[in-house]
Amino acid sequence: MALPPAHQSALSPHGAEAAGILDLTGVLVVGGAVVFLVVLVLVALALRAPRPRLARHWLVVAGGVVFPAVTLAALLAYSFAKDTRLPLVGRPDLAIELVGHQWWWQVRYLDANGALDFITANEIRIPAGAIVEVRLRSADVLHSFWVPALAGKLDLIPGRENRLRISAEAPGTFRGQCAEYCGGPHALMALFVVAEDSARFESWRESQRRPQAAAASGRGVALFGEHCASCHTVRGTPAAGERGPDLTHFASRISVGAGILPNDTASVARWVASGQHVKPGNLMPEFDALDAGGLEAVVAYLGSLR
Amino acid sequence: MSALPNPGPRPPGELEELKRIWAFPKRWRILTEYNNTFIGALYVATAFVFFLLAGVLGLVIRMQLAVPENDLVRPELYNQIFTMHGTVMMFLFAVPAVEAMGVLMLPNMLGARDLPFPRLSAYAYWAYLVGGLVFFCSIFAGLAPTGGWFMNPPLTSARYSPGLNEDMWLLGIGFIEISAIAGAVEIIVGVLRTRAPGMTLGRMPVFAWAMLTFAAMVVFAFPAVILATTLLELERAFTWPFFDATFGGDPLLWQHLFWFFGHPEVYIIFLPAAGMVSMMVPTMVRTPLVGYRLVVLALVATGFLSFGLWVHHMFTTGIPRLSLGFFAAASMAVSVPAGIQVFAWIATLSARRPRLTTPSLFVLGFLFIFVLGGLTGVMLAAVPFDFQAHDTYFVVAHLHYVLVGGMVFPLFGAIYYWIPALSRNALSERVGRWVFGLMFVGFNVAFFPMHITGLAGMPRRVHTYAAGYGWDMLNLVSTVGAFMFAAGVALFVVDFARRFRPAGGKAGNVWGAGTLEWLPSGPYSNRSIPIVDSHQPLWDDPELARNVEEGHYYLPGAPTGGREALVTAPLDGKPQYILRMPRPDWTPFVAAVFTAAFFLLLTGKFVVPAAACGVVAIGAMLAWAWALDPAPVAPVDIGGGITVPTYMSGPQSTSWWAVVVLMMVAASMYGAAVFSYLYLWTVAPRTWPDAASLPSLWYPVAAGALVVLASAAFSAAGRALKAGRRGWLMAALASAVVLLVAGVGVEIAAHHALSPRASGYAAMVHLFGAIAGFFAVVCALLTLFCIVRAASGQVDAVRRVTFDNARLFVHYTVAQTLLGLLLVHGFPRMVG
Repeated sequence: MALPPAHQSALSPHGAEAAGILDLTGVLVVGGAVVFLVVLVLVALALRAPRPRLARHWLVVAGGVVFPAVTLAALLAYSFAKDTRLPLVGRPDLAIELVGHQWWWQVRYLDANGALDFITANEIRIPAGAIVEVRLRSADVLHSFWVPALAGKLDLIPGRENRLRISAEAPGTFRGQCAEYCGGPHALMALFVVAEDSARFESWRESQRRPQAAAASGRGVALFGEHCASCHTVRGTPAAGERGPDLTHFASRISVGAGILPNDTASVARWVASGQHVKPGNLMPEFDALDAGGLEAVVAYLGSLR
Repeated sequence: MSALPNPGPRPPGELEELKRIWAFPKRWRILTEYNNTFIGALYVATAFVFFLLAGVLGLVIRMQLAVPENDLVRPELYNQIFTMHGTVMMFLFAVPAVEAMGVLMLPNMLGARDLPFPRLSAYAYWAYLVGGLVFFCSIFAGLAPTGGWFMNPPLTSARYSPGLNEDMWLLGIGFIEISAIAGAVEIIVGVLRTRAPGMTLGRMPVFAWAMLTFAAMVVFAFPAVILATTLLELERAFTWPFFDATFGGDPLLWQHLFWFFGHPEVYIIFLPAAGMVSMMVPTMVRTPLVGYRLVVLALVATGFLSFGLWVHHMFTTGIPRLSLGFFAAASMAVSVPAGIQVFAWIATLSARRPRLTTPSLFVLGFLFIFVLGGLTGVMLAAVPFDFQAHDTYFVVAHLHYVLVGGMVFPLFGAIYYWIPALSRNALSERVGRWVFGLMFVGFNVAFFPMHITGLAGMPRRVHTYAAGYGWDMLNLVSTVGAFMFAAGVALFVVDFARRFRPAGGKAGNVWGAGTLEWLPSGPYSNRSIPIVDSHQPLWDDPELARNVEEGHYYLPGAPTGGREALVTAPLDGKPQYILRMPRPDWTPFVAAVFTAAFFLLLTGKFVVPAAACGVVAIGAMLAWAWALDPAPVAPVDIGGGITVPTYMSGPQSTSWWAVVVLMMVAASMYGAAVFSYLYLWTVAPRTWPDAASLPSLWYPVAAGALVVLASAAFSAAGRALKAGRRGWLMAALASAVVLLVAGVGVEIAAHHALSPRASGYAAMVHLFGAIAGFFAVVCALLTLFCIVRAASGQVDAVRRVTFDNARLFVHYTVAQTLLGLLLVHGFPRMVG
């Protein structure tokens, strides 16, 4: 199994902010290309034959002062018009707190009153067409939230909360990456944003709110409690660790390892037993001491967390 | 033409004596030589070696990124490699290279014998060589920094980067900072005070204007990064929480300080290269530069404007909209002066058909690449576009277009251009075309696709990337281009090794250029110092070279029997006095090696050996200083009926000017510290004390009174000096030291109850105390040195440069300390 196809390009926008920025990009590219060609043509002309009429002050003033001043003033005004980020007016349809960690994303859904609804990790699902406010905080170092198909980026800064509003025009799967160097496996700190129609989103949200049904006892549960519960939470079970991502409803997620491996048994096993080889330097130790049966049991348990 | 100052034949033996006085010492004693041609050539060569080393790191990066999910290089090592690639390129190659071109070329271009403080340049160079090489070797020990060249906390704080790697960066660039400041002092005073007579500011070569702007920018920009690195090191070593949000510090404080330096830094790198282009283009068309005044205005305007742009590196940090708007506007505005220069070059190229020599090809390549890079810069100034492009490969493309296009191409052109003045052979024109072709095509193949790669979603500073997102082929193409570019550089190195021969004569003015650096010269630069009355003296006076060689202009020999330079007035170059330079000795070299050792040992936390090296370095500097300020000798006749003194004190002395420049550096750093204090207050006002918990007002009153008395004591010392009363002079100086140190001690004691670890505020208060302490120690050293000089009869009413330097610096320190007292004790009472 592989990760699902996802959009991660600013050149093919699927969100309001990204679309506006692509319009601006088009103007900038065309304008820049025109200016560049004019300069090249002038130089080429000079190389071929002397042009005494150009070898004068007026060209320096016209090309170097007047032309840029006029064009840039217009460009500046246009670029301000395209900045739709601030101020944030009106209430968003959905608010989510995104807390950056080295090297994963904690996702905290808020209810209509702004209280905590439920916690998940490395994946954000939103209703298509809704305005979603993502409140960005950091638990450790600088990070940056960037889902290019939907919007530009905004940084996660310890001690501050930055707010970004995104909206997806239609259902789809979008990939984002941390865009502020955060050391170690910064390149492997990704996440998925999935936009769904409202009905599907509501049913997803309902199921995420429910605690995990109590699992049958078994080797997987026991091993999970012994090795994993100190860092990971599974609501509805005794596991309540907070150092790593919340694993409630883990099996409903697209990826493991923060957007880098698909969520199938082989990849999950790889992540658990040799995570340091997959994502060197990440803060989860390798559980290579588990025997093959134990590993299979833990992976099966994780696969049962629907 | 003006009448020749020394029209008759010169006495026999005068030229031989001049050659003997300026001859380089033999064998290993050549390490004591400070001549700008020697040091400048070594400097350029060393910078170029760092370019090659950092370039290899760049190739490793490209090999790792050639295919997705590659495992050629582990992430930890990759992070060291990209950090070192950026750090070495910016700090060990780019700034030193342009500074080195100034050291090498400016005196000849200005008609001067040497720089005004040549041993300072020698010191700066050797410290840079030793320190830079050891710093580079950290990568072989796995100790290279991993935080990116811009080193943002909290990632680079002790908590998230334990270990020595980031300390290596912080202390490792300490000597770069020293070299840059030393170079700035040298160049400002050199450009303003050692030009040939008649070379008014309006006739100065454009490269001299560019270097003057460069130096002024270094004076105001580098202190911000010096402060920032000091703060981060204090946080790492002693947990002073300047950047820790949980204690009222702020990670963004670092970004403001760093980018306040970082943005001017790139213009510091670009403007000298633009100056070099302005020297080469007129020669390409054998016509003076069109729009000289506009170009000079553009250089200076760029220098000013570049200080108002820094926040464009922080558009995605969540700053208010008003800020975004201001900095976007300023960032666009700076392209106006750049445009002026580009169109001035186009206009000049249009005057006559340019000759397409290798330097010309590099100039054309520069125009293509730099203009493209400047246009993508305008794109990035449009804030919403930056929201997508920031921290992606689009920016990697932009920065390489402006830096490689804007500096590396002009540098290669300049090397091809000026080599005939320095070597028996010029470089090969045939091979040069291949070098250019490979570099130009390779560069564009490597970096143009990155514009697309970035917008297609690939962030920066990543050791690998996922397959199937459209980045795979783009990255492979970039890697191929990088190797092509490297092949061009390698070909250049081979040709250079084959052809460059500094001994046995020079190839000469093969391009038919018109400026003074093309006069025949020796280690003493020109035989006699010409009178200049045009922009292109060699074009306007065909007899100039011969008359200079035959000694018909000023100072054809060495009347005081030692190395001399002619100091002239800043506006019109009128001769003012002879600057006597001591014979070469070991003190700058020893001081440099031990300065580098001090910083490197301190990085490894070997505190006692570091302190020992520091003491040796300071000792060497004192010994060096002892040879300065020689006793005045009789005024000399330089020709043309002009007799000038051989000693100058007061505001006309170059020494005074150097101290003034240093005061501006200090003031700039202090300004950054005041900014930091006020900024943290806006971020975390709750950590500021209320009036009741502040130290009693008696402390700052007492401290202030003591330091003001120290100034008064210095003024009294000045009066004693004038009156020739040596005993009173020494007593007054000694009291000044005691009063200053006591005053600063009172201020430090005022905060004994406050732990610097408690909050960002507390750390700031102690920082001001530490700064005051540091300056007090420097003043004490300067003053004690002065006392010893006075005791040995080497300071008197006439011979007083040593005294004046100390006096200036002490008065400055007192003023600075008073400002600090006002801030630390007054501000909280004002807002509390």
